[in-house]
Amino acid sequence: MTAVEFRQVSYRAGGLAILDQFTLAVQPGETLVLLGRSGAGKTTALKMVNGLVFPTTGEIVVEGRTTTAWDLIELRRSIGYVIQEVGLFPHLTVAENVGIVPRLKSWTAERIAARTRELLTQVDLAPEEFAGRYPRQLSGGQRQRVGVARALAAEPRLLLFDEPFGALDPVTRLELQNQFLALRERLHKTCIFVTHDVREALRLGTRIALLDRGRLETLATPDQFLKSLGPQTRGFLAVLDQELRAKGEEPQSHT
Amino acid sequence: MNRSGLWGDILSLTAEHFVLVVVSMAIAVAIGLPTGILLTRKAPLRGWVLGFANVMQTIPSLALFGFLIPIPFIGGIGKRTAIVALVLYALLPILRNTLVGILGVDPAVRESAVAMGMTGRQLLFQVELPLAVRTILAGIRVATVTTIGTATIAAAIGAGGLGVFIFRGIASVDTTQILAGAIPAALLALISDGGLGWIEKRFSAV
Repeated sequence: MTAVEFRQVSYRAGGLAILDQFTLAVQPGETLVLLGRSGAGKTTALKMVNGLVFPTTGEIVVEGRTTTAWDLIELRRSIGYVIQEVGLFPHLTVAENVGIVPRLKSWTAERIAARTRELLTQVDLAPEEFAGRYPRQLSGGQRQRVGVARALAAEPRLLLFDEPFGALDPVTRLELQNQFLALRERLHKTCIFVTHDVREALRLGTRIALLDRGRLETLATPDQFLKSLGPQTRGFLAVLDQELRAKGEEPQSHT
Repeated sequence: MNRSGLWGDILSLTAEHFVLVVVSMAIAVAIGLPTGILLTRKAPLRGWVLGFANVMQTIPSLALFGFLIPIPFIGGIGKRTAIVALVLYALLPILRNTLVGILGVDPAVRESAVAMGMTGRQLLFQVELPLAVRTILAGIRVATVTTIGTATIAAAIGAGGLGVFIFRGIASVDTTQILAGAIPAALLALISDGGLGWIEKRFSAV
């Protein structure tokens, strides 16, 4: 069974087609990256998976059921969600933030406490040091780690990431990307990951879906993507080429 | 009037004043808080309700008490009319601060809460109200202090309270009587302001 399936999904808002006949199947255990420029419809597509947005036409099937057939509360509690702004609750401690979905699911206090400690350790935040802190006492990277731990808390099979590392400095971003890869190795979750950064897409994705103005332009593994000749793909790869060339020139200017 | 009589009157009228304010504020909060929450959900209603509360505030208080006297059921002479007027005055700051406090919650926080599967009720009680509580309390504090002052005028329509001293003092050109009404009212306002301000600060975790 596919984990998530978009079936001819279109979404219009204010006369604009945000998504246009978008069809895509996400396989269990893979990390599907939705890559595209701003306004390509990536975030809208992502938000349809946990029922924050519903399609104008077409349907989204999550684990065999359309999002309209799911009990929305149940659907959302079974999906982890990480966004760029993190959205930690400022009035709750790190531990309380991480434990929020288990609490909504009425886990026992001991089970929540144990799970919280385990997760904070997994994202390299020592529980003794960080559990009692408030979000404002954390750096951007630490906050995003808490965001990831919170998304993992209730053991969802599916995780959604909306440009989670976009606002971080390059060094922290790389750390978190590596942590993402390590966690994926260990946990085997299905992930849908939105980004506009082609390097991030190539590094993290098992498959890359390139969106352009609401349409699926290319669907390829990172290797295939690098060899692809589609105009939009070339556009993204040109960015990469330019960066590589810039790096190649640097040592020459020093000699 | 002898001295011990004056002190006794001050005490009993202060108590009467206090009760008038507490009852009015309890009703104003009971109406204003849920209405404010409703307005965060129903944007089209905002203009109308806030407009109404605004107009109530602009009516001079003495005139508002006067307007209410001929109205059946809520009007007439006495405490009931005074409480209706005081509630109408107190509504605006409570409504507005509830609305502003809840709408001021970071959209990313609200979206996270919804995406994690919170029901509307959980979103309100676990996220929105805790984050808006300081703003809401500030509105209640402002409303309380204003109500303590306005309630002195309620004596003009027979509602009692410290205004009795003030009106009596004005009529008999007796500064002692005016001060006997004004000073306790001012103290009451200061103490309420301080006390509610202290409670507000206890919610400083946010």
